[in-house]
Formats: sequence, structure tokens, C-alpha cells
Amino acid sequence: MEFFDRFAVPNPTFTIYASMVAIGLTMLAILVGITYFKKWGYLWREWLTTVDHKRIGIMYLISALLMLFRGGVDALMMRAQTAIPDNTFLNAQEYNEVFTTHGVVMILFMAMAFVMALMNFVTPLQIGARDVAFPRLNALSFWLYFMGAMLFNISFVIGGSPDSGWTSYFPLAGNEFSPSVGTNYYMLSIQIAGLGTLITGINFIVTILKMRAPGMTLMKMPMFTWSALITNLIIVFAFPVLTVALAMGTMDRLFGTHFFSIDNGGMDMLWANFFWVWGHPEVYILILPAFGIYSEIIPTFARRNLYGYKSMVISIVAISALSFLVWVHHFFTMGQGALVNSIFSISTMAIAVPTGVKIFNWLLTLWKGKIEFTTAMLYSVGFIPIFTIGGVTGVMLAMASADYQYHNTMFLVAHFHLVIIPGVVFAMIAGLFYWWPKMFGFMLNEKLGKASFWAIAVGVCLAFFPMFISGLDGQARRMYTYSESTGFGIWNMISFIGASMLAIGFILIVYNIYYSTRYASRDISSDPWNARSLEWATHSPVPDYNFAITPEVQSLEAFWDAKKKGHKLFKGNYKEIHMPNNSGVPFIMCCFFFLLGFALVFSMWVVAIIAAIGIFSCMAHRSLEQDHGHHISVEEITKTEEKLGGAKK
Amino acid sequence: MKVDHSQPLEYSTEQNRLNILGFWIFLGAEIALFATLFASYFLLRNGTGSGPSDGEVFVIDTLMIQTFLLLTSSFTIGLGVHAMRLGRKTATINFFIVTLLLGLGFVGVEIYEFTQYIDEGLTLQTSGFSSALFTLLGTHGAHVTFGLFWGSFIIYQLITRGLTPETANKSFIFSLYWHFLDVVWIFIFSFVYLKGMI
Amino acid sequence: MTKKLILFSSIFAFLIFLTGCQSLTVLDPKGPQAETTADVIMTSIWTMLIIVIVVFILLIVMLVKYRARNQADDYEPPYIKGNKWVEIICVGIPIIIVIFLSVITVKSTYEVEGKPKGYENDEPLVIYAASSNWKWHFSYPEENIETVNYVFIPTDRPIEFKLYAYGPIASFWVPQLAGQKYAMANMVNTLNLAATEPGEYMGRNASFTGEGFAEQTFNVTALPPADYQTWIEEIQATAEPLTEDKFNQLLEPGRLGQETYTGTHLEFSPPPTTHHGAKESDGTENTEQEMNDSMEDSMEN
Repeated sequence: MEFFDRFAVPNPTFTIYASMVAIGLTMLAILVGITYFKKWGYLWREWLTTVDHKRIGIMYLISALLMLFRGGVDALMMRAQTAIPDNTFLNAQEYNEVFTTHGVVMILFMAMAFVMALMNFVTPLQIGARDVAFPRLNALSFWLYFMGAMLFNISFVIGGSPDSGWTSYFPLAGNEFSPSVGTNYYMLSIQIAGLGTLITGINFIVTILKMRAPGMTLMKMPMFTWSALITNLIIVFAFPVLTVALAMGTMDRLFGTHFFSIDNGGMDMLWANFFWVWGHPEVYILILPAFGIYSEIIPTFARRNLYGYKSMVISIVAISALSFLVWVHHFFTMGQGALVNSIFSISTMAIAVPTGVKIFNWLLTLWKGKIEFTTAMLYSVGFIPIFTIGGVTGVMLAMASADYQYHNTMFLVAHFHLVIIPGVVFAMIAGLFYWWPKMFGFMLNEKLGKASFWAIAVGVCLAFFPMFISGLDGQARRMYTYSESTGFGIWNMISFIGASMLAIGFILIVYNIYYSTRYASRDISSDPWNARSLEWATHSPVPDYNFAITPEVQSLEAFWDAKKKGHKLFKGNYKEIHMPNNSGVPFIMCCFFFLLGFALVFSMWVVAIIAAIGIFSCMAHRSLEQDHGHHISVEEITKTEEKLGGAKK
Repeated sequence: MKVDHSQPLEYSTEQNRLNILGFWIFLGAEIALFATLFASYFLLRNGTGSGPSDGEVFVIDTLMIQTFLLLTSSFTIGLGVHAMRLGRKTATINFFIVTLLLGLGFVGVEIYEFTQYIDEGLTLQTSGFSSALFTLLGTHGAHVTFGLFWGSFIIYQLITRGLTPETANKSFIFSLYWHFLDVVWIFIFSFVYLKGMI
Repeated sequence: MTKKLILFSSIFAFLIFLTGCQSLTVLDPKGPQAETTADVIMTSIWTMLIIVIVVFILLIVMLVKYRARNQADDYEPPYIKGNKWVEIICVGIPIIIVIFLSVITVKSTYEVEGKPKGYENDEPLVIYAASSNWKWHFSYPEENIETVNYVFIPTDRPIEFKLYAYGPIASFWVPQLAGQKYAMANMVNTLNLAATEPGEYMGRNASFTGEGFAEQTFNVTALPPADYQTWIEEIQATAEPLTEDKFNQLLEPGRLGQETYTGTHLEFSPPPTTHHGAKESDGTENTEQEMNDSMEDSMEN
């Protein structure tokens, strides 16, 4: 029995027990369901072993939506707890766990997965490629992310959730002040998911640099692909820093090393530095693809080309370079003195310049256009005003002297939510509506989509604007409650109402997916939005091989010019297509990763060694295996093309 | 599979070219990883707490042997790739075997060195300095050890499958990895050991 | 469209409200440091408001004027590549704004890091403020007294808080007197402030330190110098002495009320030896400098 004690949750409440039962029942229901409908084979063949970038993208999408639900419930609980003064809905420990998991889940398992979903699905199509450069590694990336996310989420029912904030500053996150295994989960699950992200970074850089359609020079690449390229470059240089920091944190907690300890020569500020050396670029890893999505959607529905393409490219390159030079602004108050703070203030404010260029370019893309307000477009133009407010408050926070007053307050919370929600979440939803027909061959309902936009847009403003005020009035962040005499009550109540509206908006999106899946017409063209880039030149849904004939590109807006100027995209006849084989190894290997992570969380060394041997065996298998993929014959291509509504030529 | 005969064997197919570029980018990430480890070592170097400091534990003998072994192995793998380009399978295999043996010697000496440190009271848990030192050296050592296994698999494939575009590609990428570890060692040699002993 | 207008006007109203509302703690300064930060905040709000208004107006004009419904069916939007002058303006104006704000930032940062304006020549009162889970310990080395969770200061005299922590990183914050600074285990930070008006001010830890964080607050009472002196003498005469055992008891994680002692813990539990931001720093300042240098090195690699 003693062995099992370690798995107990340290602060059990009724909610946690209820969740355990609910999770258990859901798992059972899923297993029984799959068995009953005899779907195990289908699941294994078509999804668990797939190396197809489109399917991997869709799996990322589903995971992201699940994580959005998890993180959203966390957010609602936080807002409900603080809605009225001296509330006892959650106690301090529960609140601390909830805001920690909210941050980690939303940033690392929701937003990152959403970015990966769209990047996976869209990028190869936009450059006219068959797949990514390393399809097998792509599957490995996804499963690493997925297992990392699962490992993080089971902390809720086995062993206890992390509770030292999504930033997990040491010494608070060290063994002395965080004795439960929660922070072990944090370190290991992010490590596993982070490895996946790093692999994606390498994969997509090679894909974009080497696999573009003939004629597509770098300056003829669609903006989204550009942003994906730069994002992945940031990933490759930022994530190793996180890898090292997490490894050190894990060692401090499991092996008693002294990297971040406060005795024996450790340095607690080192964690904060490493965390933000990764963490600030991470913000741009999320937002640059979002900028890319807006740069696709706004021209499509303004029916005009993107204004100032070249300056858009230069500005994302500039942002990516600056993103590595600003990390100190996350702790101006650490006492590094006026000189260091001044330098980092200026480098931070400098980011406003390229960002401003982008905003003005989007505005000028609308100029002389013929604007159509689809759901995707609503989210894209709704982004501009809210993001501008989030952005300018960012400039205010960058001013070191003023930051001494904003730091760690609700003002900061308001700022970064008003950047991340319109910046990233709006873009992801817009992208979801925009590319949905390409993914699934039917469209999401526009009416429900627009309703969700208004609920979310108004909800965001209501939820976060009051925090500017309560922040300036002295409400620190991460406080589980406050007394009535502070006068924060009213602002927090408005926030709670806004958060509820956000929840309604997200529920509308999920309902929309259900509703459209059931009722939407399957009879749509492959280019329902009258769009401009290559992904719309192939069928919806996209066949395995993406393009029957590799397109040849002559201009920046290749597909638009093919439609308007009669450029010929597809020349020649069908040829045999070489495709990669599916493989179960990535999935199996990541199961071992999950086991390794879980074993390390609870310091079960024997299990950890077995899991590590499993991982290395998978690698050995890959080294020895000879897999040259398969070929799709010309007859088969002809048949598929005819079935999908006539050859695309 | 389209094989382009005007290119060296390791570059001769499209997938081979992708693999090599991908590996270069991976090495870019490795540079960021080791740069972070070096940064933390420099910051924690003076954090010796109650334990010994770097000048007190570093020994020149093991350092010289390690450096000699690893630099020589980098040379022999270079010869191996050269032999591969000339299409000489046996020579390639032999040079790779020599490389791995030298690497094995390096790891052996490193383990011996670690036991010496532990005898002198410098363990992973002693201080900020010792944690950073063992992690930096250990990460490099673990990379070499991983390379030993990886290299053995490649030698096995060279023996059983001969010089094909695929095996040549793997061998070439492995040589990039091995040279990279050598470069990292030169940095460790100069900025950890020499700086500590002066 | 109307909804966008509502949104816009409500944000505008919100900002007007904000600027009119001087009762917000941070914008109601009672000392020169907080006054500087409040001024910087107000200047930046006004500057940013200009940008926000420009963007909003441009957006609304574009959306209304170029809406498909407001245009002929056969209207075909032109291909516009970009214009050098437009781009120069788009880059130039933000650069000017950033330069303007940079000047303010650098100037005010030096100001709030230094001695309070107007008190440059006065001898500062040194108070050590140490955070422990979840309390604040204030030691007056000169007066030889120690308080828990509350601190009395004289008005019109510069105060130098020496900050450090027993445990997690805490952030010392008295919004009406000055901005925050971290209290950390391995070094001492210096926070300069002065109160110009007598009164009671809210102080708290702003940086999350675990379970009792929300209640880790303290009161700052600013008294006229004469009253302050009386208070000191009264404490010296009446309070219990602080022993090492007693202090270790106080350090136990938990929440305490306000307590008062004679003597300080500085003798038996001295603060860390590394100082930052203090003029009389003992020369170990380069640790942080080195840290930033090698961080930048690692980034260049």
C-alpha cells in the first residue's frame, strides 16, 4: 500500500474525486466505444501511425481544442473565485494550482498546438509540396507533444498539480517550497513536449527552404509560410535554452543539484533568466504565425493583394531578432540597476516599430478593397483594435520606471491577455474557419461563427479592461482573494462576466463544429473563399498526395494570378508519386516517453530505465529499418482525381 | 528513388540532401544548447559553496589524454569519409572502427576523471559549480556515448549493405556529429579546464 | 458596425475615466518616487491614446468606405504594391514616439533608482525589510528595533529599504510611495523612497510566493519626524527583546499579525553579502553584470 501512497493527491477535495471518476468513466467509455464499433484497426492504420502532415495537423487541432477546454475551465474557476471579495469557492492551494495549469496549458498545450496544427496543415500545401521533409519525425513531434500534454494533465488526479505558477520561479519551485510532485510534472511534461517542438522546428525549416514548388523564390512565398519559416528558426534557437533550464530544474528537484538553490553557490535568478530567454521568443513563436494568418485572410476578403509584402517580411525578421534581446523586461524589478533596465526598455520598445508597420500594412490592405465580412474576416479585423490596445499597453510596460508599478499586477495580466487573445486565439479561430473547408470539405456555419465572434470580442474587452484599473489600484496578480475594503470587487465581477461571455463564445464554436458536421453542404468548390494562395488550387478535402501535378509558380499570388491572368499552374501529365509509409514507431516511442516522464515524476528508477531502453530500442529500430516508402501509380491518381471532381490541371 | 550521379554518394538523392540540411540545423540547436550550458557554467563557476573550486580538482594528465583521443578520432573519421568518397568500403569501415575505439577511450578516461572528482569530494550535489561542471561535461560525454552506439549501428550497416546512397548519407551525417563534439570539446578544453587551471 | 463604434467609444470613455480618476492607488502618489512613476504612466497613456485613436479612425474609415456592400458589383480592387513614402511614415512616426518614450524612460528610471528628488542631501534612514513565508520583517539597525508586518517611517526624510528574503523571491511594493523591487535570498536590493505626507499606506508582496501570498501585506505609516521619534522611544522602552529562538519561530511558514521587538535579527542572522543598486555597495556588483554579459554571449552564439 505504501507504494501507492505517492500517487495520492496531496490536497484532495470533492471536485478532484469527482474528476477522477469522470475521467475514469470517459476513458472507459472511449475504450468500450472503439471496441464496440470495431474502430481499433481504423484508428491504428489511419491516425496513430499516420505520417501525413494533414492528418497530423488535424490531430494537433483536436488536441488544441481539448486543451482549450481544460485551460478555459481553469480560467472560469479563477474568475469565479475572484468575482466577489473573500470568496471561498476555491482555497489558496486550489487557486494556485488552477492558475499554474491555466498558464501552462493555454500557452504550451493549447496555443502551441493550434499554431502547429495550422502550420502542419497549411505550409506544405502553400509551397506545393507533397509532405514535410521528414514525415516520420513530424509524427514523432506530434506524439511527443501529445504525451507531454497528457502527462501534464494527469497530474490533476495522480500526485497533484503543479502550483508554483507557469513561470515556476525558483526557489519557490524547489523541493523546499514545493514538496509535492506537481512541479516534477511541470518540468518533465514540458520537456517532452518541447522536444517535439524542437523537432518540428528543424523539420519545417528544411521543408520550407528545400521543398518549395518550382518558381517559388523566397520572395514569392505566401506570408503565412514566411511567418512559419521565421517561427521555426526562433524555435530552433530558443527551445534548447528551455531544454537546459528544465533539465537543471529537474535535476535540482530529483537529484539535489544546486543550480537554482539558495545555498551552496546556486543562483535562483538564473532560472528566471533562462526561462525568459526562452519565454520571450516563445511569445513570438505564437504570434508570428498568427500575423501570417491575418496576412492571408485580410487580403483574401479585402479582395486585394497584401500591402507592402516586402516590409511585412522585413518586419517579422526584425521582430524575431529583437525577441532574443528583451528578456530582462520580465524582471526589471530584480535590481539590475538603471543602466541595464534602460537598455532593455529601449530594445523592448523597438519591437513596437516593426509591429506598427504590420498593423498599418493590414490597414492599407483594406484600402481600396472590397471588404467581405466573413467570420474569418471579422476575427481578423476585430484583432486590430483590441491588439492595438494590448500592444500599446505593452509599450507602457516596457518603460522600466513605470513597470516598477505595473509589474506583477493585474495591469500586466490585462496586457498579455489582450495581446495573446486577439493576437493568437483570434488568429487561430480565424484560421480554423478559413481553412476548415480545405481540411474537411465542408464549411462551418457563418451565422454561428459571427455570433461566436461577437461573444468573444465583447467578452475579451469586458474580461480584461477592468484589470487595467484594478491593477493600477494595487491588485497584485495571483491573489486567490482580496478583502472588500480594497474596492477591487466591482472590477473583478465585470471580469467574471466577460470570462463567462468568452466561455459562451467558445461553446458556440464547438457547437458550430458539431452543427456544421451534421448539416453543412458537402457540395462546395475547392476554392470557396475565392482565395489567393496555392493550397486552394487542389481539391477539398485534399488527397493524400496534395497535388496530382507539382504546381509551377510564376508570381507571389500564384493561384490568384492563375485565375485572373491565366497563368498555368499545372503543366505536363500525371507521374508516379512517391509517398512515405506509415509507421507505428513514433507512437510507441512516445508511449515510452510518457512512461519515462511518469516514472521520473515519482522517482521510480527501474521503470525509468526500462522506458529509456524502450526509447533507445525504437531509435535502433529506425536506424536499421529500410523504408523507401511507396509509389502511387498513374492510374490510381487518375481515379482519385476524377472521383474528387475532375482533374485539377 | 532518383539517384544523381554527379553528386557525392551522400548527397545523391533528394532525401539525402534534406537529411544533411536538417542535420546542420539540428547542430544549430545543439550550439544553442551547449551555449546555454556554458553560460550557466560561467555564472556558477564561483558558486563553490563549501566544496572545492575548479583549480583544486582539475588535473592536466587526464585532460591531455582526453583531448588527444578525441582530436585524433575527429581526424580518423575525416579519413573515413574521405575513403567513403573514394568508394573504398573496407577502409571506411576500418577508420570508423578506429574512431569509435578512440571515442570509447575518451569516455573511459572521462569516467575515470569523474571518479577522481568524487574521491576529492566534488559530486553532482556539492555546489552550484559542481552541478554545472558535471552537467556540461556529462552532456558532452553523453553525446559521445550516444555516438558510440549510433556509430556501431552505422558500421554494421556498412558491413551488411555496403556503400549505398543511404549508408553513405548516414555515415556522413555521423561524421558531422562527431566533428561537432570535437569542436565542443575544444571549447570545454579552453574555457573550462585552461581557464580553471590558470 | 454600430457595435464597433460602441466598443470604440466605451474604450475611449474608459480612458477618459482613467485619466480623471486620480483615486487609483498608483496614480495617487504620496512621495517623489511614486510621483515620478505616476507622471510617466500618465504621459505614456496620453501618447498611446494618440496611436490608438489613429488606428481606430483608420480602421473604421477603411471598413465603412471599402465594404463590399458600399461598392459597385463590378468593382475590381486594384493591385497596389506599396509606397516608399507611406512606409517611411509608418516607420518614422513610431520611431519618433519610441525615442520620445525612451528619453522619458531612461530619465525617470535613473530618478526612481536614485535618492528621492528634493532629499538628495539628507541622510537616509536605513530599514532592512526581509520577506519570509508569508511575512515581512523590518529591522531598524540604528534605532535597534524590529517590527513584523508593519513599518513606521518619518515624513520628509529619504528612506533606504534594504530588501532580501528568507525563501522564495518576493516583491516589496508600496504603490503610493514607490514601485516594486525584488527581495531575494542571495542578495540585498536597495529601494529608495520618501513620503511627503503623513498617512497610512498599503504595502504588500507582489510576487507569488505560495499559499499565503495573498495575505502577505504590511502597513506603512508615515509620521511627522517628531511623532516618529516619540514612537521609536516608546518601542525601545516597552517592547520585548528579539532572541534568535524567537526569530526562528517567526520564520516558520505561516501568517502573523503585527509584532514589535527591541534589537534586530541582523546580528545573529545577517543579510546576504551581495548588494545591488546601493551607492555604498561593497564591490560585488559585477556578479549581475557578468551574468548579463555572458547571457548576451550565449545569445550571439
